[in-house]
Amino acid sequence: MKKKFIAIITIISLIFISCSNENEDKIIINFWAMGVEGEYVSRLVSDFEKENPNVKVNVQQIPWTAAHEKLITAFASETLPDAFQLGNTWVPEFNSLSTIQPLDSLVNSSLIINKENYFSGIWDTNVLDSTIYGIPWYVDTRVLFYRKDIIKEAGYTEGPKTWDELYEMSKAIKKLPKYSKTFPFFIPTNEWLPFILFGVQNGADLLKDNSTYGNFSGKKFTVAYSYLMKFYKEGLAPTDLQQVLNLYQAFGEGYFTFYITGPWNVTEMKNRFPKELQNDWMTAPLPSPDSTYPGKSLAGGASLVLNKYSKNKKVAWKFIEFLSRPDVQLKFYNLVSSLPAVKSVWEDSTFTSNKYMSAFYTQLNNTVPTPKIPEWEQIVSSKIQQYAEQTARGKKGISKALKELDADVNKILEKRRWMLGKE
Amino acid sequence: MKSKTKFSALLLFLGPSLGVISLFFFIPVVAAFSLSFTDFDIYSLGSWEYLRFVGLKNYIDLINDPLFWTALKNTFYFVLLGGPLSVGVSLGTAMLLNSKYIKWKGLFRLVYFLPVVTTLVAVSIVWRYIYHPRFGLLNYVLSFVGVGPFDWLGDPNLAMPAIILMAVWKNFGYNMIIFIAGLQNIPEELYEAASIEGASGWQKFKSITIPMLAPTTLFISVITMIGYFQLFAEPYIMTQGGPLNSTLSIVYYMYQEGFRWWNIGYSTALAFMLFIIILIGTLIQFKVQKIDE
Repeated sequence: MKKKFIAIITIISLIFISCSNENEDKIIINFWAMGVEGEYVSRLVSDFEKENPNVKVNVQQIPWTAAHEKLITAFASETLPDAFQLGNTWVPEFNSLSTIQPLDSLVNSSLIINKENYFSGIWDTNVLDSTIYGIPWYVDTRVLFYRKDIIKEAGYTEGPKTWDELYEMSKAIKKLPKYSKTFPFFIPTNEWLPFILFGVQNGADLLKDNSTYGNFSGKKFTVAYSYLMKFYKEGLAPTDLQQVLNLYQAFGEGYFTFYITGPWNVTEMKNRFPKELQNDWMTAPLPSPDSTYPGKSLAGGASLVLNKYSKNKKVAWKFIEFLSRPDVQLKFYNLVSSLPAVKSVWEDSTFTSNKYMSAFYTQLNNTVPTPKIPEWEQIVSSKIQQYAEQTARGKKGISKALKELDADVNKILEKRRWMLGKE
Repeated sequence: MKSKTKFSALLLFLGPSLGVISLFFFIPVVAAFSLSFTDFDIYSLGSWEYLRFVGLKNYIDLINDPLFWTALKNTFYFVLLGGPLSVGVSLGTAMLLNSKYIKWKGLFRLVYFLPVVTTLVAVSIVWRYIYHPRFGLLNYVLSFVGVGPFDWLGDPNLAMPAIILMAVWKNFGYNMIIFIAGLQNIPEELYEAASIEGASGWQKFKSITIPMLAPTTLFISVITMIGYFQLFAEPYIMTQGGPLNSTLSIVYYMYQEGFRWWNIGYSTALAFMLFIIILIGTLIQFKVQKIDE
């Protein structure tokens, strides 16, 4: 009995010794990534470890829904990893916590990462006061998804290129008896995105005075807002979202013809859209308020950032460089279908042979970033949404809603004004 | 000497639990209370320089915040309609299940209790489908009677009633079990005596069941009220507070302010407002019960 016990103890301690020996001369870096990306990035890690035998990368996957809370908590308890993924609209917020590393000198001396290789609008979302804080990992933007067969029935051969065309087509579709009970343009009232999108398309400055006051009651935003509200008012867009519980089913039924959404839906459509209609949907760059096609879209996506307080910045940066290499980006696209941030990857046949992708490529060259302040997320998700829904349902007039919206936004920005005044 | 041993014994037995309660309850509550007088937010998390003491500003802002009043109104709507309904339904089913003429009592008890132990999130998702305006089960059933179709969760006037209906269905089983226990504690002799005197069923219910159940009812009403004031998961999953904020509850608003926008100062002020409201509600119920006695 005793002998057995000693033997077990010896074996266990041997295991521990061998483990610690193995790790002793290895540099360990921690990397956090969200959602599906986090799930699949570990498959790329083994390649990196093969190229750098003295490095071990620990990947932790965080669900998107808990990502923000988790990162903030990690920041408060000083347990942020060496490198992590950030939604590019979160970069200003984490910069205001002064927790992410400025990357200018690293980028300047890098052989792999170069500003010219990236879509300029997307790159720009990571630049704050002309300092770069994040490297785009994958990109995301919204384009128009539409039903080819329905617009054909309404007498059109091509998707809308201007705001006027979009409106005319919607009216023409609604006039067809078959589609009289449908809503041609699906603009969800619980999403802030379309309202901001059409605003920036029209060239509106959403905030003014160094982003310390709201400017939504300004002329250009008002025009865009009124344009969208026209769709609700004339029954061309649904005010009720419960009707569209299953997006793909509703799109398949022709319950709506136009919908502005992102790249993930290309894959989803292939899997969930009715099979017999697979040839009847298409993607196109967004229509524009004037004749300059295509119109602008928002620059979305995720960036890779370095923890300012990491002890292994050099190695972590090497890992970021690895993830930014064209061959790795392509491999990553094949794993998770997140659109590559590096432009040269788009020349691969994976993209040139996919008819839905060219709209995204065109659109990605025509993006603008949203205001880069930490409060932005709150402004759009709570306030824009609230007022847009009230106006869409006819509870509040357009100019009244926008004035109240500005007042609310000014209140949110009060702290920012105080802080800027203090400096 | 004697008192000294007593004290150390006291410390030995109470110390651990007092320690844990202080660490995880009293200290956080005091900390939260102090935070409610500051403008603690994401900037303050980055640097303490950006923390301002604002006195009662959060509370004053709250009173001037239309969304707070909307949330308060919705919460009261939910508590005042859902609470009594829930207590009534559970009392009714408890009486039915306590009746001598019912068979398979165990089975029914199990069936009625099942929603209580089912995950609220799963239940809410299923009910979202039941309430679906075009393909939902509820509208399908109603169509046989020639009513509807209603857009349960999409119509600002119907969303809250729909949530109440679901909450009552989800919760009544728990209260029902407590009521059954209460009913079984009423001595059978009382009913026998009343029957001999010629009392009707209603008279027996009014003069024996209700007074004998008073302590149970008080307990259930207080627990239900406190629970209902903390309405959160149902709107969070089913409606996200919409449509038109018609299902925005106090706790959901608090969650949004605190954990989505990191306005911790404001959201703690909201939490203490809710605490005061629940305290007042509980005191009123105790008072009412006292008068009855």
